[in-house]
Amino acid sequence: MPAADAKFIELEKVRLTFGHRSVFDSLSCRLQKGGVHLLLGGSGTGKSTMLRMIGGLQRPDSGEVRVAGESLTSKNERELGEVRKGIGMLFQNGALLDSMTVLENVGLPLREHTKQSMEWIRSRVSSVLESVGLDDVESLLPRELSGGMLRRVAFARAIVMEPEILLCDEPFSGLDPLNVTRIEELLMQLNRDLGLTVVVTSHHMASSLRMADQMILLRDGGCIAGEPEDLADHADDDVKEFLGEDGRAFLARLHEIRDQGHA
Amino acid sequence: MTATIRQLGAMSSQLLERLGRVGNFGGALIGCMLRPPTRFGFFIRALYDTGVLSIALIGLSGFTVGMVLGLQLYTTLTRFGAEEGLGAVVGLSLVRELGPVLTGLLVTGRAGSAITAEIGAMRATEQLDGLRMMAINPIHFVAMPRALALTLAMPLLNGIFITLAIAGAYVIGVSLQGLDGGVYLSGLENAVRFTDDVDQSLMKSLIFGMLLGLIATYKGHSCVPDAAGVARATTSTVVTASVCILLSDYVITALWSV
Repeated sequence: MPAADAKFIELEKVRLTFGHRSVFDSLSCRLQKGGVHLLLGGSGTGKSTMLRMIGGLQRPDSGEVRVAGESLTSKNERELGEVRKGIGMLFQNGALLDSMTVLENVGLPLREHTKQSMEWIRSRVSSVLESVGLDDVESLLPRELSGGMLRRVAFARAIVMEPEILLCDEPFSGLDPLNVTRIEELLMQLNRDLGLTVVVTSHHMASSLRMADQMILLRDGGCIAGEPEDLADHADDDVKEFLGEDGRAFLARLHEIRDQGHA
Repeated sequence: MTATIRQLGAMSSQLLERLGRVGNFGGALIGCMLRPPTRFGFFIRALYDTGVLSIALIGLSGFTVGMVLGLQLYTTLTRFGAEEGLGAVVGLSLVRELGPVLTGLLVTGRAGSAITAEIGAMRATEQLDGLRMMAINPIHFVAMPRALALTLAMPLLNGIFITLAIAGAYVIGVSLQGLDGGVYLSGLENAVRFTDDVDQSLMKSLIFGMLLGLIATYKGHSCVPDAAGVARATTSTVVTASVCILLSDYVITALWSV
């Protein structure tokens, strides 16, 4: 793999504090292009904040955040807008515009950044909604949707522009098992077919383990990163404790899940 | 003594910093007004929310204020045998001062606070961040149409307020107190000059609209993103905009008289 792809998203010596609370002391990690990267960590360790930094929504106090070789920390809002055209983000609460219908919400980035006709946009929106398992919801307002439907509409909006990078903050929370599988398969398909780089925070371990190429455990203002198998064998007690009762059980479960996937 | 001076210095620097932020936001807002797309649909929707939905309140308030003015002024003027001057006094006080100021304060409470609350709620629920992630400038998409709508709605609502207030004073002065209708209207017509009084009234309401548009959208955009933060921002909009309207009213009146 070329070196540029190996550090497609790069955080270097990132330091961030909110008031007196330090979130990151010296966070450094690299995320390769086309991979599925899983962010793990307890509450308040900065998983969502890390996603926001990769999207340029949160500037670090010091250090560098680079996406596709471009430093986000030195860019102004307009320049960040250009970078963000290649990034889709699924927010934890959906972040849909509540005064607009599902069609208007999902079609908004297409209307803003393409010159396609309304007819084309409508058909594209319907097809993306269908891929997340939603039919006949185009005319509904976000408040008329259930929690699970709302998350899937938000997911549809995040992928409608076919971005290079997809940032997902808890994509499986509030979904029934059928839709967890559907979203997981869709993510895998986008990753496989379009080479989409996915960064995901999730507490849904089974789906996460099936998908992840790299796991990044955030703790103590820094991180421990590696392939799932590496992390399972990690000597650090905190890592073992977070991942399961012990590393061996985790590894056994991982092999089992991966074998099921290959079968 | 040193501590007091230090505290004053810190407060002044905080105030300057805040003014700088508001200035930056105002600059961005004007920049957005000059940049396509026009957001005409959102502007019309905002004009409906701030303007059309305020008509009932403005109309009722205007009519009531006019009735009270008519009653108070007729009683007072009668003492001096000058009740024929009712139309002139009502017209001048409404057109020059009461119309624009009261309309400004009412629209602040009715529409300005609603805009801050709406934008604040959008910030608290990450809708503004969602727009930024879609490479859409939230100031262009959310704040600009609303600020522009407030700016344009204010003079129109001022006109409605003044018209209904004049009608209210007419009902009391002419229909109830027995003043001649022709005397009331001719006094009004002779006293109020279009090029001076009406221009001043329109200018004031336009400036009040711009101030309210800036304050309401800025407070929403910069609020602490939680329920308490939105509530504080809404209150702050009403207080800040009301004070700004009253202060700028004095400044405009003083400058106009020079």
